[in-house]
Amino acid sequence: MIKKELFFKGYKSILRYDSPAIALGCCFIAIGALLKNVGFNIQESVVSTMLIYALPGSLVMAESILIGASLLSIFIAVWFVNARLYPMAVSLFPLMMDDSQPKWKYYLSCHFIAVSAWLIMKSNYEEIEKKDRVDFWIGIGTATWSVSVLATILGFYLADYLNKDMLMGLAILNPIYFTCMMVGAMKTLQITLSVSLGAILGPIFYFFSPEWSILLGGFIAGSIAYLIGEKNVG
Amino acid sequence: MSVNILLSIIVTSLATYLSRFLGVLSSVRIKETSKIFRWFNCLAYATLAALIARTIIFPVGALMDASYLSRLLVVLLSLGIFFITKKNFVYPTIFSAISMGVINNFF
Repeated sequence: MIKKELFFKGYKSILRYDSPAIALGCCFIAIGALLKNVGFNIQESVVSTMLIYALPGSLVMAESILIGASLLSIFIAVWFVNARLYPMAVSLFPLMMDDSQPKWKYYLSCHFIAVSAWLIMKSNYEEIEKKDRVDFWIGIGTATWSVSVLATILGFYLADYLNKDMLMGLAILNPIYFTCMMVGAMKTLQITLSVSLGAILGPIFYFFSPEWSILLGGFIAGSIAYLIGEKNVG
Repeated sequence: MSVNILLSIIVTSLATYLSRFLGVLSSVRIKETSKIFRWFNCLAYATLAALIARTIIFPVGALMDASYLSRLLVVLLSLGIFFITKKNFVYPTIFSAISMGVINNFF
């Protein structure tokens, strides 16, 4: 089963100085408020954060419901906007794959892949022995996930009290936190180039195709960064 | 729960879980020392950076009401605070939330 000691070590990462709890909490407060305005009741709001647990996905869902989009178009739109989770999984799970661990842990805990948990794991995995990493990861994931669910509840009930300026403040907080974390992660040439080129190409590609901009921008920026990095190392 | 909302939640979760699950399936055969792992690492960071930049430059939701200049100013000031505070994550984020509404009223 899950090693308690490692689970709690991971769980406590939301109490550290670089904790994502505040940023994550605030943006899910905004989501809770948004869902209420879209017409969700409290149960629906909580269930949606529990099952989706990916901000851009929830945003797309809320917008699609507002314009009365079909289920198929919701599926495609969400799949597109959350497709970034695929490279995120592939660049994280090989670090914790171990034959001594049961497969279900990986299939269940991949639900926790989201920017915040991913960045925490990326900056801390080396401290943990490979065979124990998945338990540590489950701890981090459970922590960030529970913060999100609690914040959604809070946001739902605060919705009537939040004015435009406050919602704006809540909305900028998360991208700022992630910007700082990404800048903080720029320690190798490859990552520095990936982050800088991604931040430039993503918005540029938006002019050609809003739907494809993130995937295409990320793919081209990441590939260029990889090639330049490999050339310089090798 | 109304059927429509419930179905939308289920469809959204499936679409989201799909990428995570496929990622784990692919991870089984990828070694952390391999080139393909390093490539995916770059792709992940670049995609995230693209997503974050897009949220700031072409926002959806509440941020649409903030002017372009005010958003840019908040980002630059927050990054400044991030470096001044020796890469502390809490100060710039709290600063951004408070200053966003205030700065937007001026620009």
